[in-house]
Amino acid sequence: MTQTMNSIRNKVAIVGVGESDIGKVPTMSGLGLNAQAARRALDDSGLKLSDIDGVLTAYSFTEPYFMLGSVLCEYLGIKPRYTASMIVGGASPAVMLKHAAEAITAGHCQTVLVCAGENRATGQSRDQAVAALMAVGHPYFEKPYGPSIPAFYAMIARRHMELFGTTEEQMAAVSVTTRQHALLHPNAHMKKPITIEDVMGSKPIADPLKILDCCLLSDAGGAFIVTSSERAKDLRSKPAYLAGIGEYHTHEHLICAPSLTEFGAAESGQIAYRMAGLGPSDIDVAELYDCFSIVPIIELEELGFCKQGEGGSFYQEGHARIGGRLPVNTHGGMLSHAHAGAAGGLFGIVEAVRQLRGGLGARQVEGAEIALVHNEGGVLSSHCTLILTKDKQ
Amino acid sequence: MNSELPIPVANPDSQVYWDSANQERLMIRQCQACKELHFMPRYLCPACWSTELEWIQASGFGVVHSFTIVRRAPMKEFDHLVPYVIALIELKEGPRMMTNIVGQDALETRIGDQVKVCFEARGPAAKVPQFVRHLAKEVAN
Repeated sequence: MTQTMNSIRNKVAIVGVGESDIGKVPTMSGLGLNAQAARRALDDSGLKLSDIDGVLTAYSFTEPYFMLGSVLCEYLGIKPRYTASMIVGGASPAVMLKHAAEAITAGHCQTVLVCAGENRATGQSRDQAVAALMAVGHPYFEKPYGPSIPAFYAMIARRHMELFGTTEEQMAAVSVTTRQHALLHPNAHMKKPITIEDVMGSKPIADPLKILDCCLLSDAGGAFIVTSSERAKDLRSKPAYLAGIGEYHTHEHLICAPSLTEFGAAESGQIAYRMAGLGPSDIDVAELYDCFSIVPIIELEELGFCKQGEGGSFYQEGHARIGGRLPVNTHGGMLSHAHAGAAGGLFGIVEAVRQLRGGLGARQVEGAEIALVHNEGGVLSSHCTLILTKDKQ
Repeated sequence: MNSELPIPVANPDSQVYWDSANQERLMIRQCQACKELHFMPRYLCPACWSTELEWIQASGFGVVHSFTIVRRAPMKEFDHLVPYVIALIELKEGPRMMTNIVGQDALETRIGDQVKVCFEARGPAAKVPQFVRHLAKEVAN
């Protein structure tokens, strides 16, 4: 077990990252956004197009091709020897990194492009978007009751409030902190500051969640390039080494969640920590999944950054800010930087790499050497945690 | 009640569940091998994989595990019901299921409320289990 787990430790690195134009980009298709992000990631790495022999992508609600991996490869003009479209909801990007690491370490390919994105802002109407997302709800035992994705997360938030005293103001602090970070990112979707009062007074969606507790719908694509640590040494950009990664899956539909307060992030985090030989106190910066403001609160707790029930006060007391005890979602997260399908969580990986490289100005976490990223999919159903480092551990 | 709302679709796993709901009975499954009860009927027991499963009629009583008041409906069919309550109910027998809390006092729902099942017609030939608050005042004191 240990040997298997350690087989990919430090064996690969992310050597290129890219973001498409983000926001409302009606001039580009979903595949176009992927291609733009991929091109920028390739430029960033200094590798040649012919170096890419593996491609992983996720899914698209706006351009729902059956074989999206193959479709993306034909669009990009790549004939890979390793490709797939992997659908683990929001956990897909981190899980794709794990598969890329395994494939490279096993010798199936040398350099993998991981790419995701959709034109969710302009490629569909808002009603279409909300209805499409209902695909996550169980068709027979949830949908007849008219739930929305926010309603699922609202029930989780309500339970957290009931058991631990988490408040709506604490959840608002997540949105406000995250927006402050987005204002420091040149490519973030959201450009205006917000206050706790703005969040509290924003349009109610599913109590206790209001519109400013909910992630964006953006046009956005993201990409990163993975290769062996050996190959990464003399490329254009500083590599970010994969020190640890773990996944854990407990359910898909909320009706089958084992608990509304204990999720799979604790287990995926433990696997990643063990592989890396690191713990929560070693982490300098964390990029957590934040489809709704309650989610990073729960993840902070599950990943061991604070005790259960203290995630809300962690944010409220400013510990998650840049300059705080553990800066979280330094790019602005899915609440304020971008959310477009699997690209949402992918940007957390992109940002972690950039933080480890350094030189981000006001957004830079001082002395960032070890970064943690957590992706989750479904309704806190599928989890993947990864730890990237500036130097091999 | 409202033919515009989604009509439940039965498949081979859930035919008995929906046929029973139409006769105003709430059915859950129990494994004969490990005795585990589970909601969402399946071909096998999700705990031990035995296929020796039995349908049992639930008491119809439960407790609100969590809930939300939906202020923006995800589908047009539900627009006219806003605001409405969605809840996860912990059945007296143990398993959890999703439902709406209906009735005059639905918007006053709290976690821990005692609820009991009722049935709502959907189209001419189907009913879905719903729940109403029950003895809520006594529980809240």
